[in-house]
Amino acid sequence: MQQMTAQPVIRGVRFFLAHTPGLVRYGSKPSRDIDREPAVVDTLQAHLRGYADAVAYPPNQAFLGAIHPDTLGSLPTPWFRHTGCGERWAPHGEIMSEEEFYGWLKIADAFNLVSLEAGFAASIRPALAAHPLCTPADLEQLGTGVSQAELDARLAGDVPDLPIFLRDGSRIGCFHAAHEVDATLAADVLLENLACKTTAVLAMRTLLAQEHIDPLAIPYVLNSGEEAVGDRYQRGGGNLAKAVAEMSGCQAATGVDIKGFCCGPLHALAVAGGLVSARVFPHVVVVGGCALSKLGMKYRGHVQHDQPILEDVLAAVAILVSGDDGASPRLRLDSLGRHTVAAGPSQKAIFQQLVSEPLQRLGLGFGDIDKYATELHNPEVTEPAGSGNVPLLNYRVIAGLAAMRKEITPAQVPDFVAAHGMPGFSPTQGHIASAVPFLGHAVDGLRCGDLQRVLLLAKGSLFLGRMTQMADGVSLLLERNG
Amino acid sequence: MAEQYPREDMVVVLGTPTAESSRLYALTVTEGDPSWAGALAGTPLGLPVYHVTEDAIKCQVSPEVYEEQVTLMEMVLDVADIADAVQAVRDSSAPAV
Repeated sequence: MQQMTAQPVIRGVRFFLAHTPGLVRYGSKPSRDIDREPAVVDTLQAHLRGYADAVAYPPNQAFLGAIHPDTLGSLPTPWFRHTGCGERWAPHGEIMSEEEFYGWLKIADAFNLVSLEAGFAASIRPALAAHPLCTPADLEQLGTGVSQAELDARLAGDVPDLPIFLRDGSRIGCFHAAHEVDATLAADVLLENLACKTTAVLAMRTLLAQEHIDPLAIPYVLNSGEEAVGDRYQRGGGNLAKAVAEMSGCQAATGVDIKGFCCGPLHALAVAGGLVSARVFPHVVVVGGCALSKLGMKYRGHVQHDQPILEDVLAAVAILVSGDDGASPRLRLDSLGRHTVAAGPSQKAIFQQLVSEPLQRLGLGFGDIDKYATELHNPEVTEPAGSGNVPLLNYRVIAGLAAMRKEITPAQVPDFVAAHGMPGFSPTQGHIASAVPFLGHAVDGLRCGDLQRVLLLAKGSLFLGRMTQMADGVSLLLERNG
Repeated sequence: MAEQYPREDMVVVLGTPTAESSRLYALTVTEGDPSWAGALAGTPLGLPVYHVTEDAIKCQVSPEVYEEQVTLMEMVLDVADIADAVQAVRDSSAPAV
Protein backbone atom coordinates (compact mmCIF):
# COMPACT_ATOMS: atom_id res chain seq x y z
CA MET A 1 0.00 0.00 0.00
CA GLN A 2 1.34 3.43 -0.92
CA GLN A 3 2.40 5.51 2.03
CA MET A 4 -0.31 8.09 2.59
CA THR A 5 1.88 11.16 2.97
CA ALA A 6 5.23 12.24 1.58
CA GLN A 7 7.95 14.09 3.49
CA PRO A 8 8.47 17.48 1.82
CA VAL A 9 12.02 18.76 1.42
CA ILE A 10 13.62 21.97 0.21
CA ARG A 11 15.45 20.66 -2.80
CA GLY A 12 16.89 23.90 -4.03
CA VAL A 13 16.88 27.68 -3.63
CA ARG A 14 18.14 30.40 -5.93
CA PHE A 15 18.14 34.15 -5.76
CA PHE A 16 18.35 36.99 -8.23
CA LEU A 17 19.48 40.58 -7.81
CA ALA A 18 19.26 43.36 -10.37
CA HIS A 19 21.24 46.51 -9.68
CA THR A 20 18.87 49.23 -10.84
CA PRO A 21 20.07 52.67 -9.73
CA GLY A 22 18.16 54.26 -12.61
CA LEU A 23 14.89 52.99 -11.15
CA VAL A 24 15.50 54.37 -7.64
CA ARG A 25 13.61 57.52 -8.64
CA TYR A 26 10.52 55.32 -9.12
CA GLY A 27 10.62 53.90 -5.62
CA SER A 28 7.59 55.07 -3.68
CA LYS A 29 9.41 57.42 -1.31
CA PRO A 30 11.73 59.05 -3.87
CA SER A 31 8.94 59.48 -6.43
CA ARG A 32 6.69 61.22 -3.93
CA ASP A 33 9.52 63.52 -2.90
CA ILE A 34 10.40 64.26 -6.55
CA ASP A 35 6.80 65.19 -7.27
CA ARG A 36 7.01 67.71 -4.47
CA GLU A 37 10.56 68.88 -5.15
CA PRO A 38 12.04 67.99 -8.59
CA ALA A 39 15.60 68.79 -7.48
CA VAL A 40 15.53 65.60 -5.40
CA VAL A 41 16.50 63.79 -8.63
CA ASP A 42 19.90 65.49 -8.54
CA THR A 43 20.39 64.55 -4.89
CA LEU A 44 19.53 60.95 -5.69
CA GLN A 45 21.82 60.80 -8.68
CA ALA A 46 24.76 62.15 -6.68
CA HIS A 47 24.42 59.25 -4.23
CA LEU A 48 23.85 56.33 -6.60
CA ARG A 49 26.66 53.79 -6.74
CA GLY A 50 28.03 51.96 -9.75
CA TYR A 51 27.47 48.32 -10.70
CA ALA A 52 30.93 47.13 -9.63
CA ASP A 53 30.37 48.53 -6.13
CA ALA A 54 26.97 46.86 -5.87
CA VAL A 55 28.51 43.55 -6.95
CA ALA A 56 31.33 43.83 -4.41
CA TYR A 57 29.01 44.95 -1.60
CA PRO A 58 29.40 42.24 1.09
CA PRO A 59 25.68 41.98 2.01
CA ASN A 60 24.86 41.34 -1.67
CA GLN A 61 27.59 38.70 -1.78
CA ALA A 62 26.08 37.08 1.32
CA PHE A 63 22.60 37.22 -0.25
CA LEU A 64 23.92 35.37 -3.30
CA GLY A 65 25.88 32.79 -1.32
CA ALA A 66 29.44 33.90 -2.13
CA ILE A 67 30.13 34.48 1.58
CA HIS A 68 28.34 33.27 4.70
CA PRO A 69 26.35 35.93 6.58
CA ASP A 70 28.42 35.25 9.72
CA THR A 71 31.45 36.50 7.79
CA LEU A 72 29.94 39.97 7.74
CA GLY A 73 30.44 40.27 11.48
CA SER A 74 34.21 40.17 11.07
CA LEU A 75 34.39 42.65 8.18
CA PRO A 76 35.24 46.29 8.91
CA THR A 77 32.29 48.65 8.67
CA PRO A 78 30.84 50.42 6.86
CA TRP A 79 30.42 47.55 4.43
CA PHE A 80 29.79 49.90 1.54
CA ARG A 81 33.47 50.86 1.63
CA HIS A 82 34.25 47.36 0.31
CA THR A 83 34.34 48.38 -3.30
CA GLY A 84 36.93 45.93 -4.50
CA CYS A 85 36.31 43.02 -6.76
CA GLY A 86 33.24 40.82 -6.54
CA GLU A 87 31.77 38.14 -8.72
CA ARG A 88 28.53 38.59 -10.64
CA TRP A 89 27.80 34.87 -10.44
CA ALA A 90 27.66 33.30 -6.99
CA PRO A 91 26.58 29.88 -5.69
CA HIS A 92 22.99 30.98 -5.04
CA GLY A 93 22.41 33.34 -7.95
CA GLU A 94 23.61 36.40 -9.83
CA ILE A 95 23.53 40.18 -9.64
CA MET A 96 22.72 41.73 -13.02
CA SER A 97 23.48 45.23 -14.31
CA GLU A 98 20.67 47.68 -15.05
CA GLU A 99 21.42 47.65 -18.78
CA GLU A 100 20.84 43.90 -19.07
CA PHE A 101 17.90 44.01 -16.70
CA TYR A 102 16.09 46.53 -18.91
CA GLY A 103 16.54 44.04 -21.74
CA TRP A 104 14.97 41.28 -19.65
CA LEU A 105 12.14 43.66 -18.73
CA LYS A 106 11.39 43.95 -22.44
CA ILE A 107 11.74 40.19 -22.92
CA ALA A 108 9.19 39.57 -20.13
CA ASP A 109 6.79 42.15 -21.56
CA ALA A 110 3.73 40.41 -23.02
CA PHE A 111 1.75 43.60 -23.80
CA ASN A 112 4.28 45.92 -25.46
CA LEU A 113 4.51 48.05 -22.34
CA VAL A 114 8.24 48.70 -22.70
CA SER A 115 9.89 50.61 -25.51
CA LEU A 116 13.68 50.63 -25.63
CA GLU A 117 15.63 53.06 -27.76
CA ALA A 118 17.06 51.27 -30.81
CA GLY A 119 20.72 52.05 -30.11
CA PHE A 120 20.37 50.90 -26.52
CA ALA A 121 18.58 47.69 -27.55
CA ALA A 122 21.40 46.92 -29.98
CA SER A 123 24.05 47.66 -27.37
CA ILE A 124 22.70 45.15 -24.85
CA ARG A 125 21.90 42.38 -27.33
CA PRO A 126 25.38 40.73 -27.21
CA ALA A 127 25.35 40.56 -23.39
CA LEU A 128 21.85 39.09 -23.39
CA ALA A 129 22.76 36.59 -26.09
CA ALA A 130 25.68 35.43 -23.94
CA HIS A 131 23.53 34.98 -20.83
CA PRO A 132 23.10 31.27 -20.05
CA LEU A 133 19.35 31.65 -19.44
CA CYS A 134 18.59 33.61 -22.63
CA THR A 135 16.99 31.71 -25.51
CA PRO A 136 16.65 32.66 -29.18
CA ALA A 137 12.95 33.31 -28.52
CA ASP A 138 13.93 35.73 -25.75
CA LEU A 139 16.20 37.64 -28.14
CA GLU A 140 13.39 37.84 -30.65
CA GLN A 141 11.16 39.29 -27.95
CA LEU A 142 13.82 41.93 -27.22
CA GLY A 143 13.20 43.35 -30.70
CA THR A 144 15.14 46.13 -32.34
CA GLY A 145 13.84 49.08 -30.35
CA VAL A 146 12.36 52.42 -31.37
CA SER A 147 13.73 55.82 -32.32
CA GLN A 148 14.31 58.71 -29.91
CA ALA A 149 11.63 60.59 -31.85
CA GLU A 150 9.10 57.86 -31.11
CA LEU A 151 10.05 57.95 -27.43
CA ASP A 152 9.56 61.73 -27.47
CA ALA A 153 6.12 61.29 -29.01
CA ARG A 154 5.04 58.66 -26.51
CA LEU A 155 6.22 60.72 -23.55
CA ALA A 156 4.34 63.74 -24.86
CA GLY A 157 1.09 61.79 -25.23
CA ASP A 158 -2.13 62.32 -23.29
CA VAL A 159 -1.65 59.22 -21.14
CA PRO A 160 1.52 59.66 -19.11
CA ASP A 161 4.34 57.22 -19.88
CA LEU A 162 7.36 56.85 -17.65
CA PRO A 163 10.79 57.56 -19.13
CA ILE A 164 13.35 54.87 -18.28
CA PHE A 165 16.79 56.11 -17.28
CA LEU A 166 20.20 54.68 -16.58
CA ARG A 167 22.10 55.64 -13.44
CA ASP A 168 23.83 58.50 -15.28
CA GLY A 169 20.48 60.04 -16.18
CA SER A 170 20.46 59.11 -19.86
CA ARG A 171 17.05 58.12 -21.20
CA ILE A 172 17.02 54.72 -22.88
CA GLY A 173 13.33 53.96 -23.19
CA CYS A 174 9.90 54.45 -21.77
CA PHE A 175 7.18 52.47 -20.04
CA HIS A 176 3.60 52.80 -21.23
CA ALA A 177 0.34 52.96 -19.35
CA ALA A 178 -2.15 50.29 -20.45
CA HIS A 179 -5.30 52.34 -19.94
CA GLU A 180 -6.26 56.00 -20.17
CA VAL A 181 -7.86 56.30 -16.73
CA ASP A 182 -7.44 52.99 -14.85
CA ALA A 183 -5.00 53.74 -12.01
CA THR A 184 -4.26 50.03 -11.58
CA LEU A 185 -2.92 49.93 -15.15
CA ALA A 186 -0.92 53.16 -14.90
CA ALA A 187 2.68 53.05 -16.07
CA ASP A 188 4.22 53.18 -12.60
CA VAL A 189 2.02 50.32 -11.32
CA LEU A 190 2.70 48.15 -14.35
CA LEU A 191 6.43 48.83 -14.08
CA GLU A 192 6.35 47.49 -10.51
CA ASN A 193 4.39 44.43 -11.59
CA LEU A 194 6.53 43.66 -14.63
CA ALA A 195 9.73 44.09 -12.59
CA CYS A 196 8.30 41.64 -10.05
CA LYS A 197 7.51 39.13 -12.80
CA THR A 198 10.89 39.56 -14.50
CA THR A 199 12.98 39.10 -11.37
CA ALA A 200 10.91 36.10 -10.27
CA VAL A 201 11.36 34.51 -13.70
CA LEU A 202 15.13 34.97 -13.56
CA ALA A 203 15.29 33.42 -10.07
CA MET A 204 13.11 30.52 -11.20
CA ARG A 205 14.98 29.90 -14.44
CA THR A 206 18.24 29.87 -12.49
CA LEU A 207 16.79 27.39 -10.01
CA LEU A 208 15.48 24.99 -12.63
CA ALA A 209 18.63 25.15 -14.75
CA GLN A 210 21.09 24.70 -11.90
CA GLU A 211 19.08 22.00 -10.15
CA HIS A 212 18.70 20.20 -13.51
CA ILE A 213 14.92 20.16 -13.27
CA ASP A 214 12.93 19.84 -16.49
CA PRO A 215 10.52 22.81 -16.44
CA LEU A 216 7.84 20.45 -17.75
CA ALA A 217 8.10 18.49 -14.48
CA ILE A 218 6.81 21.48 -12.48
CA PRO A 219 3.04 21.21 -12.05
CA TYR A 220 2.37 24.09 -9.65
CA VAL A 221 3.84 27.49 -8.79
CA LEU A 222 3.04 29.69 -5.81
CA ASN A 223 3.93 33.37 -6.05
CA SER A 224 4.41 35.06 -2.70
CA GLY A 225 5.28 38.57 -3.91
CA GLU A 226 3.32 41.57 -2.69
CA GLU A 227 2.58 43.29 -5.98
CA ALA A 228 -1.12 43.83 -6.74
CA VAL A 229 -1.66 42.53 -10.29
CA GLY A 230 -5.10 43.25 -11.67
CA ASP A 231 -7.29 45.98 -13.09
CA ARG A 232 -9.80 48.38 -11.58
CA TYR A 233 -12.48 45.74 -11.18
CA GLN A 234 -10.17 43.33 -9.33
CA ARG A 235 -7.25 45.28 -7.96
CA GLY A 236 -4.69 42.76 -6.79
CA GLY A 237 -6.63 39.87 -8.33
CA GLY A 238 -3.45 38.10 -9.48
CA ASN A 239 -2.16 35.67 -10.81
CA LEU A 240 1.53 36.39 -11.24
CA ALA A 241 2.46 32.78 -10.48
CA LYS A 242 1.15 31.58 -13.82
CA ALA A 243 2.87 34.42 -15.68
CA VAL A 244 6.16 33.36 -14.07
CA ALA A 245 5.49 29.70 -14.88
CA GLU A 246 4.77 30.55 -18.51
CA MET A 247 8.02 32.42 -18.99
CA SER A 248 9.99 29.76 -17.15
CA GLY A 249 8.96 27.09 -19.62
CA CYS A 250 6.64 25.31 -17.19
CA GLN A 251 4.07 24.41 -19.82
CA ALA A 252 2.44 21.77 -17.60
CA ALA A 253 2.00 24.13 -14.65
CA THR A 254 -0.56 26.44 -13.25
CA GLY A 255 -0.36 28.25 -9.95
CA VAL A 256 -1.70 30.92 -7.66
CA ASP A 257 -0.56 33.87 -5.58
CA ILE A 258 -0.32 33.68 -1.80
CA LYS A 259 -0.01 37.02 -0.09
CA GLY A 260 0.77 37.87 3.50
CA PHE A 261 3.02 40.91 3.47
CA CYS A 262 6.48 39.89 4.73
CA CYS A 263 5.37 36.42 5.81
CA GLY A 264 3.90 35.56 2.40
CA PRO A 265 6.86 33.35 1.40
CA LEU A 266 6.64 31.26 4.59
CA HIS A 267 2.87 30.85 4.22
CA ALA A 268 3.54 29.75 0.64
CA LEU A 269 6.26 27.33 1.78
CA ALA A 270 3.83 25.78 4.27
CA VAL A 271 1.16 25.38 1.56
CA ALA A 272 3.74 23.98 -0.88
CA GLY A 273 4.87 21.50 1.75
CA GLY A 274 1.27 20.49 2.35
CA LEU A 275 0.61 19.91 -1.35
CA VAL A 276 3.75 17.77 -1.66
CA SER A 277 3.02 15.94 1.59
CA ALA A 278 -0.52 15.12 0.43
CA ARG A 279 0.93 13.88 -2.89
CA VAL A 280 -1.16 16.36 -4.82
CA PHE A 281 2.03 17.40 -6.65
CA PRO A 282 5.56 15.95 -6.63
CA HIS A 283 7.09 19.43 -6.95
CA VAL A 284 5.91 22.94 -6.12
CA VAL A 285 7.98 26.06 -6.79
CA VAL A 286 7.54 29.04 -4.49
CA VAL A 287 8.63 32.31 -6.07
CA GLY A 288 8.82 35.87 -4.82
CA GLY A 289 9.68 38.68 -7.19
CA CYS A 290 11.00 42.09 -6.31
CA ALA A 291 9.38 45.08 -4.62
CA LEU A 292 10.34 48.03 -6.83
CA SER A 293 8.39 50.44 -4.66
CA LYS A 294 10.93 49.86 -1.87
CA LEU A 295 13.85 51.25 -3.90
CA GLY A 296 15.33 54.26 -2.13
CA MET A 297 12.80 53.91 0.70
CA LYS A 298 15.29 55.21 3.27
CA TYR A 299 17.34 57.38 0.92
CA ARG A 300 16.96 60.46 3.10
CA GLY A 301 18.89 58.81 5.93
CA HIS A 302 21.58 57.68 3.50
CA VAL A 303 21.94 61.13 1.98
CA GLN A 304 21.98 62.71 5.41
CA HIS A 305 24.88 60.43 6.40
CA ASP A 306 26.58 61.03 3.05
CA GLN A 307 26.62 57.35 2.16
CA PRO A 308 25.54 55.69 -1.07
CA ILE A 309 21.85 54.95 -1.50
CA LEU A 310 21.97 51.24 -0.73
CA GLU A 311 18.38 50.38 -1.64
CA ASP A 312 19.33 50.16 -5.31
CA VAL A 313 18.78 46.46 -5.99
CA LEU A 314 15.71 44.43 -6.88
CA ALA A 315 15.65 40.97 -5.28
CA ALA A 316 13.84 37.74 -6.01
CA VAL A 317 13.81 34.15 -4.77
CA ALA A 318 12.69 30.77 -6.09
CA ILE A 319 12.37 27.70 -3.88
CA LEU A 320 11.79 24.13 -5.03
CA VAL A 321 9.75 21.99 -2.64
CA SER A 322 9.74 18.30 -3.54
CA GLY A 323 9.15 14.87 -2.07
CA ASP A 324 11.87 13.34 0.09
CA ASP A 325 15.08 12.64 -1.85
CA GLY A 326 16.95 11.39 1.22
CA ALA A 327 19.42 14.29 1.15
CA SER A 328 17.67 17.67 1.09
CA PRO A 329 16.53 19.38 4.31
CA ARG A 330 13.15 18.29 5.58
CA LEU A 331 10.37 20.82 5.89
CA ARG A 332 8.78 19.89 9.22
CA LEU A 333 5.11 20.69 8.69
CA ASP A 334 4.40 19.57 12.26
CA SER A 335 6.53 22.51 13.42
CA LEU A 336 4.32 25.19 11.89
CA GLY A 337 4.10 28.17 14.22
CA ARG A 338 1.20 30.57 13.72
CA HIS A 339 0.44 33.95 15.23
CA THR A 340 -3.27 33.45 15.80
CA VAL A 341 -6.03 36.05 15.97
CA ALA A 342 -6.40 35.51 19.70
CA ALA A 343 -2.69 35.87 20.48
CA GLY A 344 -2.56 39.65 20.79
CA PRO A 345 -0.18 42.15 19.29
CA SER A 346 2.71 42.27 21.77
CA GLN A 347 6.16 41.20 20.63
CA LYS A 348 6.17 38.67 23.44
CA ALA A 349 2.94 37.08 22.18
CA ILE A 350 4.17 36.97 18.60
CA PHE A 351 7.52 35.40 19.43
CA GLN A 352 5.95 32.96 21.86
CA GLN A 353 3.70 31.66 19.13
CA LEU A 354 6.40 31.58 16.47
CA VAL A 355 9.25 30.22 18.59
CA SER A 356 8.44 29.06 22.14
CA GLU A 357 5.24 27.17 21.35
CA PRO A 358 6.52 25.21 18.32
CA LEU A 359 9.74 24.29 20.12
CA GLN A 360 7.78 23.09 23.15
CA ARG A 361 5.47 21.09 20.89
CA LEU A 362 8.46 19.38 19.28
CA GLY A 363 10.25 18.78 22.59
CA LEU A 364 13.13 21.07 21.62
CA GLY A 365 14.97 23.75 23.54
CA PHE A 366 15.99 27.16 22.18
CA GLY A 367 19.58 25.95 21.91
CA ASP A 368 18.57 23.00 19.73
CA ILE A 369 18.05 25.42 16.85
CA ASP A 370 21.42 26.10 15.25
CA LYS A 371 20.29 29.21 13.41
CA TYR A 372 17.17 31.35 13.57
CA ALA A 373 16.35 33.00 10.24
CA THR A 374 14.18 36.00 10.99
CA GLU A 375 13.83 39.48 9.49
CA LEU A 376 17.28 39.85 7.97
CA HIS A 377 17.24 43.48 6.85
CA ASN A 378 20.68 44.93 6.28
CA PRO A 379 21.31 47.31 9.23
CA GLU A 380 23.45 49.53 7.05
CA VAL A 381 20.23 50.38 5.21
CA THR A 382 17.97 50.83 8.22
CA GLU A 383 20.16 52.39 10.91
CA PRO A 384 20.92 55.69 9.13
CA ALA A 385 17.17 56.22 8.83
CA GLY A 386 16.58 55.65 12.53
CA SER A 387 14.94 52.25 12.07
CA GLY A 388 17.50 50.40 14.15
CA ASN A 389 19.12 47.01 13.65
CA VAL A 390 16.06 44.85 12.99
CA PRO A 391 17.64 41.37 13.05
CA LEU A 392 19.69 42.13 16.14
CA LEU A 393 16.56 43.22 17.99
CA ASN A 394 14.75 40.06 16.91
CA TYR A 395 17.62 37.87 18.07
CA ARG A 396 17.68 39.63 21.42
CA VAL A 397 13.96 38.97 21.79
CA ILE A 398 14.45 35.27 21.03
CA ALA A 399 17.33 35.13 23.51
CA GLY A 400 15.16 37.01 26.03
CA LEU A 401 12.48 34.34 25.67
CA ALA A 402 15.12 31.67 26.24
CA ALA A 403 16.17 33.53 29.38
CA MET A 404 12.57 33.80 30.59
CA ARG A 405 12.32 30.02 30.13
CA LYS A 406 15.53 29.68 32.20
CA GLU A 407 17.30 27.91 29.33
CA ILE A 408 20.01 30.56 29.46
CA THR A 409 20.86 33.27 31.98
CA PRO A 410 20.37 36.95 31.10
CA ALA A 411 24.15 37.27 31.02
CA GLN A 412 24.28 34.67 28.24
CA VAL A 413 21.98 36.64 25.94
CA PRO A 414 24.83 38.20 23.87
CA ASP A 415 26.51 34.81 23.36
CA PHE A 416 23.20 33.24 22.35
CA VAL A 417 22.60 36.04 19.84
CA ALA A 418 26.10 35.60 18.38
CA ALA A 419 25.81 31.82 18.09
CA HIS A 420 22.22 31.42 16.91
CA GLY A 421 21.70 34.67 15.02
CA MET A 422 23.53 36.41 12.21
CA PRO A 423 24.11 39.94 10.93
CA GLY A 424 21.37 41.26 8.66
CA PHE A 425 22.31 41.25 4.99
CA SER A 426 19.09 41.33 2.98
CA PRO A 427 17.94 44.13 0.72
CA THR A 428 14.82 45.74 2.22
CA GLN A 429 12.66 44.22 -0.50
CA GLY A 430 9.44 43.63 1.42
CA HIS A 431 8.56 39.94 1.58
CA ILE A 432 12.05 38.94 0.41
CA ALA A 433 13.83 40.13 3.56
CA SER A 434 12.18 37.81 6.09
CA ALA A 435 13.74 34.38 6.71
CA VAL A 436 14.12 33.32 3.07
CA PRO A 437 17.43 35.16 2.43
CA PHE A 438 19.12 32.56 4.66
CA LEU A 439 17.49 29.60 2.89
CA GLY A 440 20.38 29.02 0.50
CA HIS A 441 22.88 28.92 3.35
CA ALA A 442 20.46 26.80 5.38
CA VAL A 443 20.13 24.21 2.62
CA ASP A 444 23.93 24.09 2.19
CA GLY A 445 24.55 23.80 5.93
CA LEU A 446 21.84 21.19 6.51
CA ARG A 447 22.86 19.13 3.50
CA CYS A 448 26.60 19.02 3.95
CA GLY A 449 27.60 21.49 6.65
CA ASP A 450 27.33 21.46 10.41
CA LEU A 451 23.70 22.57 10.78
CA GLN A 452 21.05 20.26 12.23
CA ARG A 453 18.04 22.56 12.52
CA VAL A 454 17.11 26.01 11.25
CA LEU A 455 13.96 27.85 12.30
CA LEU A 456 12.48 30.21 9.72
CA LEU A 457 10.21 32.92 11.07
CA ALA A 458 8.55 35.93 9.51
CA LYS A 459 6.13 38.63 10.57
CA GLY A 460 3.74 40.61 8.40
CA SER A 461 2.42 44.13 9.00
CA LEU A 462 -1.18 43.49 8.02
CA PHE A 463 -2.29 46.74 9.66
CA LEU A 464 -0.67 48.70 6.82
CA GLY A 465 -3.62 47.74 4.59
CA ARG A 466 -6.10 49.31 7.06
CA MET A 467 -8.36 46.25 7.22
CA THR A 468 -7.25 45.05 10.64
CA GLN A 469 -5.08 46.35 13.45
CA MET A 470 -3.35 42.97 13.59
CA ALA A 471 0.05 41.78 12.50
CA ASP A 472 0.69 38.21 11.40
CA GLY A 473 3.49 35.72 11.76
CA VAL A 474 4.44 32.21 10.79
CA SER A 475 7.40 29.92 11.42
CA LEU A 476 8.71 26.62 10.03
CA LEU A 477 11.51 24.26 11.00
CA LEU A 478 14.03 22.89 8.54
CA GLU A 479 15.88 19.76 9.63
CA ARG A 480 18.82 17.76 8.34
CA ASN A 481 17.74 14.70 6.38
CA GLY A 482 18.72 11.19 7.45
CA MET B 1 -5.21 65.48 18.01
CA ALA B 2 -2.84 68.15 19.27
CA GLU B 3 -5.11 70.76 17.69
CA GLN B 4 -8.30 69.10 18.89
CA TYR B 5 -7.47 68.55 22.57
CA PRO B 6 -5.80 70.68 25.27
CA ARG B 7 -2.09 70.03 25.10
CA GLU B 8 -1.76 70.10 28.87
CA ASP B 9 -3.90 66.93 28.90
CA MET B 10 -1.65 65.07 26.48
CA VAL B 11 1.46 62.92 26.84
CA VAL B 12 3.17 61.09 23.97
CA VAL B 13 4.36 57.58 24.91
CA LEU B 14 6.97 56.06 22.61
CA GLY B 15 7.65 52.37 21.99
CA THR B 16 10.65 52.94 19.74
CA PRO B 17 13.47 50.35 19.68
CA THR B 18 16.62 52.49 19.77
CA ALA B 19 17.97 55.69 21.27
CA GLU B 20 18.24 57.28 17.82
CA SER B 21 14.70 56.45 16.73
CA SER B 22 13.43 57.59 20.14
CA ARG B 23 15.26 60.89 19.71
CA LEU B 24 13.80 61.38 16.21
CA TYR B 25 10.22 60.70 17.27
CA ALA B 26 10.60 62.74 20.46
CA LEU B 27 11.88 65.66 18.39
CA THR B 28 8.99 65.22 15.97
CA VAL B 29 6.36 65.77 18.68
CA THR B 30 8.25 68.58 20.39
CA GLU B 31 10.21 70.72 17.92
CA GLY B 32 8.84 69.28 14.66
CA ASP B 33 9.93 66.51 12.30
CA PRO B 34 13.77 66.80 12.13
CA SER B 35 13.86 65.00 8.77
CA TRP B 36 11.39 67.51 7.29
CA ALA B 37 9.74 64.55 5.56
CA GLY B 38 6.37 64.26 7.25
CA ALA B 39 3.30 66.26 8.18
CA LEU B 40 4.92 67.62 11.34
CA ALA B 41 7.87 69.25 9.55
CA GLY B 42 8.22 72.77 10.97
CA THR B 43 5.38 72.18 13.46
CA PRO B 44 6.60 72.50 17.05
CA LEU B 45 3.86 70.79 19.06
CA GLY B 46 5.82 71.02 22.32
CA LEU B 47 4.18 67.91 23.76
CA PRO B 48 5.61 66.09 26.77
CA VAL B 49 7.16 62.83 25.55
CA TYR B 50 8.33 59.69 27.34
CA HIS B 51 9.38 56.18 26.39
CA VAL B 52 7.15 53.44 27.76
CA THR B 53 10.11 51.93 29.63
CA GLU B 54 10.84 55.16 31.56
CA ASP B 55 9.93 55.01 35.25
CA ALA B 56 7.52 57.94 34.92
CA ILE B 57 5.32 55.80 32.66
CA LYS B 58 6.15 52.34 33.99
CA CYS B 59 4.98 53.16 37.52
CA GLN B 60 1.55 54.12 36.17
CA VAL B 61 0.94 50.87 34.27
CA SER B 62 -0.63 47.80 35.82
CA PRO B 63 2.23 45.36 36.57
CA GLU B 64 0.33 42.53 34.86
CA VAL B 65 -0.17 44.57 31.68
CA TYR B 66 3.44 45.78 31.75
CA GLU B 67 4.67 42.20 32.17
CA GLU B 68 2.60 40.98 29.23
CA GLN B 69 3.24 43.86 26.86
CA VAL B 70 6.62 45.39 27.67
CA THR B 71 8.89 43.34 29.97
CA LEU B 72 10.42 41.22 27.24
CA MET B 73 11.29 44.24 25.12
CA GLU B 74 12.58 46.07 28.20
CA MET B 75 14.97 43.17 28.72
CA VAL B 76 16.42 43.38 25.20
CA LEU B 77 16.44 47.11 24.49
CA ASP B 78 19.09 49.59 25.65
CA VAL B 79 16.56 51.29 27.90
CA ALA B 80 19.11 53.50 29.65
CA ASP B 81 20.29 54.97 26.33
CA ILE B 82 16.69 55.39 25.19
CA ALA B 83 15.74 57.16 28.43
CA ASP B 84 18.76 59.48 28.10
CA ALA B 85 17.84 60.33 24.50
CA VAL B 86 14.23 61.18 25.33
CA GLN B 87 15.25 63.08 28.47
CA ALA B 88 17.67 65.17 26.39
CA VAL B 89 14.86 66.12 24.01
CA ARG B 90 12.58 67.04 26.93
CA ASP B 91 15.36 69.15 28.43
CA SER B 92 16.05 71.01 25.20
CA SER B 93 12.54 71.46 23.85
CA ALA B 94 10.87 74.81 24.21
CA PRO B 95 7.65 74.94 26.22
CA ALA B 96 4.44 74.79 24.25
CA VAL B 97 3.26 78.15 22.98
